Amino acid sequence: MNAALPPRGAPLLRAEGIGISFGGLRALDGVGFEARAGEVLAVIGPNGAGKTTLFNIVTGLYRAGSGRILLDGANVTEAPPHHLAAAGLSRTFQNLQVFFRMTALENVMAGRHLREGSGLLADLFRLPRTRRDNEATRQAAMALLDWVGLADKAEIPAGSLPYGALKRLEIARAMATDPRVLMLDEPAAGCNPVETEEIDHLIAEVAARGVAVVLIEHDMKLVMRISRHVVVLNQGRLLAAGTPAEVRNNPAVIAAYLGTHGAAEASRGSARDNARGSARDDARGSARDDPRGDAHA
Amino acid sequence: MDAKADAAVLSAAARPRLSARWATLLVLAVVIATIPWFFPSGFYFRVAALVWVTALAAVGLQILMGQAGQVSLGHAGFVGIGAYAMALGPKYLGLDVLLCLPLGAALAGVIAFLVGRPILKLKGHYLAVATLGFGMLVTMVLVSEVGITGGPDGIRVPRAEILGWRIRGSETFYWIAGGALLIGTWIALNLQDSPSGRALAALHDSEVAARTIGIDVAAYKLRAFVIAAVYGAVAGGLLALMNGFVTPDAAGFIASVEYVTMVVIGGLASVPGAVVGAALLVLLPQALTVFHDYEHAVLGLLIMLFMIFLRVGIVPGLAALLRRRA
Repeated sequence: MNAALPPRGAPLLRAEGIGISFGGLRALDGVGFEARAGEVLAVIGPNGAGKTTLFNIVTGLYRAGSGRILLDGANVTEAPPHHLAAAGLSRTFQNLQVFFRMTALENVMAGRHLREGSGLLADLFRLPRTRRDNEATRQAAMALLDWVGLADKAEIPAGSLPYGALKRLEIARAMATDPRVLMLDEPAAGCNPVETEEIDHLIAEVAARGVAVVLIEHDMKLVMRISRHVVVLNQGRLLAAGTPAEVRNNPAVIAAYLGTHGAAEASRGSARDNARGSARDDARGSARDDPRGDAHA
Repeated sequence: MDAKADAAVLSAAARPRLSARWATLLVLAVVIATIPWFFPSGFYFRVAALVWVTALAAVGLQILMGQAGQVSLGHAGFVGIGAYAMALGPKYLGLDVLLCLPLGAALAGVIAFLVGRPILKLKGHYLAVATLGFGMLVTMVLVSEVGITGGPDGIRVPRAEILGWRIRGSETFYWIAGGALLIGTWIALNLQDSPSGRALAALHDSEVAARTIGIDVAAYKLRAFVIAAVYGAVAGGLLALMNGFVTPDAAGFIASVEYVTMVVIGGLASVPGAVVGAALLVLLPQALTVFHDYEHAVLGLLIMLFMIFLRVGIVPGLAALLRRRA
């Protein structure tokens, strides 16, 4: 099982000055964040801001052009994804990366890979070690499926599960690695309000267990409700960072989301009345729905 | 949509539970044990032994292609290495021919390890072409090194002997080949339902996701490649022993394509599918001789029909049909 998680608030994952270029295009430049145990950090920004690119660098799928990544104090900037996974970093994907040919249960079982030590020879000859691994993995995976509400779908091929279920299946698979840092790339994208709320609960529970959660999300209500810190990216640069309340009131953030015209309108609006607005954007919409400041009390 | 339907059929039909695994082995064992009763003549032992040996090579390729999702158009190259080890080991190194069976398998494994490391970085068509190149390379060496390998005419393989008992006769080879296939099938089914097998299935579906849950994708691909090579070499060695002779055709491109066809037509995701595919491709040409000149055309037509109507393969396809009926 997992080693005891560090105390709440202890920094677990730190990215500093991350930069990367794709054929002359500076996709990210000097971006950083810090994820802490038991807390949810949201990474937001308009489409094309570089959020997923940042995730891909931090999880080892892309190599950073500059900057460094520290996982629990160790420099893991050059580490391949499977080493990072072994070090306690797990993730989900914006465009689902489910194992479609496997059943829901097998998907989560695959996530237990790092906890299985039977070895290839034992697997080929089905030694007792392999049978023990299979059994332990099956039980752990069933517990996780139950947690995300998919226990009754265990034997169903992932390829025939509905979208919302696949989103939760990916979270269960990511949690099967016993991560200390969980990175979720738009976990509620394309989900209806009920599904979004379920995922909201799951994320809160993961954080409550002491896992550091890093979240990319466009649903601002979700972001404001569950995150303790927010990092805003725009055009590959760090635009703002702070608590949800701070970020929401940041004129630069509003400008990036609404354009300059909208920003002027927004600043006029906020000068008159802090909470009113035309709700032209999610950010504004959530600003109206959530009374300021209590989103992360 | 089709991919989804395929996925449903595949994972329901081919992922063995404990009972399904033993049921598959039991059916295979019963078939191997009972069909000799129906053989009208000794010739059939020979054909059936050829089916089992070919199926062993196909089961190995199923691990690589069906389980790990990596294509190989050079599988026969490893069959050739195993086969020629049986001829060259005794002739040049004075080794006992039976000792050359594990030695050839080990050699194939080592070569697969060395070749696999660079080429398994390639994907899809590129990997197909690279493995094709490997198979051609093996054939070229076997054909050109006339002084050592006997060239296109092939080379004789000495008779094996255990404690003074000479292994010979179609019936003996039938049982040896059948036993080897049973063991090979057992191992492939074990793998499919194990941590390593899940790692292969995972990287088959999404390499990116597999890496992020801690699977060393390159290492697991290489393992599958080496395992497939060892299966091929053992099958090649048995084939050489059975025939008492090997020619470069055993390692040739046509043979490689036939192994791929067997695995695909039987059902990529299915271990017993590889056996059924092998049986079909060995037996059909024998049965189709009634068509004389059009024998190969009919064979090609049948393969096309199988692919059109049972796209997921014979074994998973029929299993799905039966379930729908029930």
